[in-house]
Amino acid sequence: MKTTFREAMRAAMRDAMQRDERVFLMGEDVGRYGGGFAVSLGLLEEFGPQRVRDTPLSEAGFVGAGIGAALGGMRPIVEVMTVNFSLLALDQIVNNAATLLHMSGGQFNVPLVVRMTTGGGRQLAAQHSHSLEGWLAHIPGLRILAPATLEDARGMLWTALEDPDPVLIFEHGSLYNVAGELADDAGPVDIDRAAVRRAGADVSIITYGGTLPMVLAAADSLSAEGIDAEVIDLRTLRPLDDDAILATVAKTHRAVVVDEGWRSGSLSAEVSARITESAFYELDAPVARVCSEEVPVPYAKHLEEAALPSVARVISAARATVGQVEAVAGHA
Amino acid sequence: MTPPMTAEERAALITARPDQARELLRQMLRVRRLEERCVELYSASKIRGFLHVYIGEEAVAAGVMSALRPDDAVVATYREHGHALLRGVPATAIMAEMFGHAEGCCRGRGGSMHLFDADTRFYGGNAIVAGGLPLAVGLALADRMQGRDRVTACFFGEGAMAEGEFHESLNLAALWDLPVLFCCENNLYAMGTALERSESQTDLALKAASYEVASWAVDGMDVLAVEESARRAVEAVRSGGGPHFLEFRTYRFRAHSMFDPERYREKAEVEHWMERDPIASLRGELEASGLLDADGWASITRDVDAEVDAAVEFAESGTLEPLADLARHVHSERSTA
Repeated sequence: MKTTFREAMRAAMRDAMQRDERVFLMGEDVGRYGGGFAVSLGLLEEFGPQRVRDTPLSEAGFVGAGIGAALGGMRPIVEVMTVNFSLLALDQIVNNAATLLHMSGGQFNVPLVVRMTTGGGRQLAAQHSHSLEGWLAHIPGLRILAPATLEDARGMLWTALEDPDPVLIFEHGSLYNVAGELADDAGPVDIDRAAVRRAGADVSIITYGGTLPMVLAAADSLSAEGIDAEVIDLRTLRPLDDDAILATVAKTHRAVVVDEGWRSGSLSAEVSARITESAFYELDAPVARVCSEEVPVPYAKHLEEAALPSVARVISAARATVGQVEAVAGHA
Repeated sequence: MTPPMTAEERAALITARPDQARELLRQMLRVRRLEERCVELYSASKIRGFLHVYIGEEAVAAGVMSALRPDDAVVATYREHGHALLRGVPATAIMAEMFGHAEGCCRGRGGSMHLFDADTRFYGGNAIVAGGLPLAVGLALADRMQGRDRVTACFFGEGAMAEGEFHESLNLAALWDLPVLFCCENNLYAMGTALERSESQTDLALKAASYEVASWAVDGMDVLAVEESARRAVEAVRSGGGPHFLEFRTYRFRAHSMFDPERYREKAEVEHWMERDPIASLRGELEASGLLDADGWASITRDVDAEVDAAVEFAESGTLEPLADLARHVHSERSTA
């Protein structure tokens, strides 16, 4: 069937609420407004105000209430409109959701799912364009997901709800309108493994979430010039699927990591470090990275485009990575 | 503030329910003696990290806990040894936790500030000021959504009322009419910052009432007043009366933590409040009413000391969690993460 990323997310929530009466959705404007990004449109009418709860603008309050409700036997889906606003709830996410199981010596697990939009690219300027999933992926006790395909938009939520521990789902704002075919019987998917989105032999381009379509477009262009790129979609940012990362590097011997987060201390830094720690002798070229420029994301279109990763920058990084190998070979 | 009881009313109350008064006295003493021992053990380096004792404030936990049912929930702060003990967490498991031993209620992963116990629905032990309030709201939401008549009692200090999470939580609880009893332990100092130096409105019950939450101030040095107000508030919350807020006016006799030189308050002020020691006061009243004699007191102290001795002995003989288990309980055992 034809669907969009937004509709697939909505179908996942509808399915979850039909399957399990403990599941409910709460967040800012998820009910009457239909969701800040219209993901939950129609769910209030279908499930009623007890299970689709509009909250006040109290990110710490309702994320913490989600943790408490999870402790009390519910299976909350908490929607934080965007990752930018989740900064107001970091205490609850980092100090409570991530720690309660450990601090309690295994007594209190927190089966909570928090969904939030992430990323830039829509001229929303610095306070509405953050990509902070890499920060949260730093925290033990959390599982971090980044769906980038219709299958994952449809399938990750239920698996996340079945996880006994807190799961954060980052939905890149540029993906909601992505349309395509989804199998009629599409259902839950694993949330453990990275996926090969395009097989290739010359260079591995490793990415996740909102930059996956960009990387696939870059891979097509590279193909036209004779560079066969393999595209890895990390899908789960914590815990990282080390096996998949090391396997692709062992295959292509070159890696470019694409991450909309800033380069310093980013998820791309972690991926790069793991490659050099565990697959250094597989490498035929230094690991390259395409990240956002180290500026608060600006408003003006040309400035924002220059700040964020782009198809051109991915192509250029891949070319350089492959070219460097040729140069080295030339010296030999 | 709830009107203080007259001497006649108090005497009548104690005479009508002497067993209950003696029991409250015993409960307060359990906390006092356990914590006095904790301070000694801290000085002996058996307990490490931060240690915040509740000495002076025991009437609050004793009175509120006696008003709760076993299936209710409790959320507390980092000054929670007394709440845990009076909620029913065994003294042995509390002491072993402070020793960092595997036999502790959190297998040595929480320590003094993070006591948890599933059996008694004791949800910590939260060491971020006001961080426990949203949790309490959520626990109450779960009860409401699942049609249970349980109450969640949430303890916090007056310092928490300057935090955003306090305001967000009271608003949410009132908006959704949730069964939370908010118990503010106003000991006048947020660490070293006096109430009037941190709050523009020092009438805390008035502040809470602005959220349409039924609110009262209570003499927190009087365990009978605490018990009475808590019982009424718990009944109201349980029967669908929405969240309630009680400000317990109390005082911490000891330093904020073991590292506090107490430069911010006068010795005379401490001495003034110590004259209102909730344990000495109730003991005196019971003795004056002829409801407690020397033998009775000796019997209470003997039992309490035996419990504390046993807890220390249990903790001393505890074992260390194996290092091989360091990474356990980061994720649930059935999770693959």
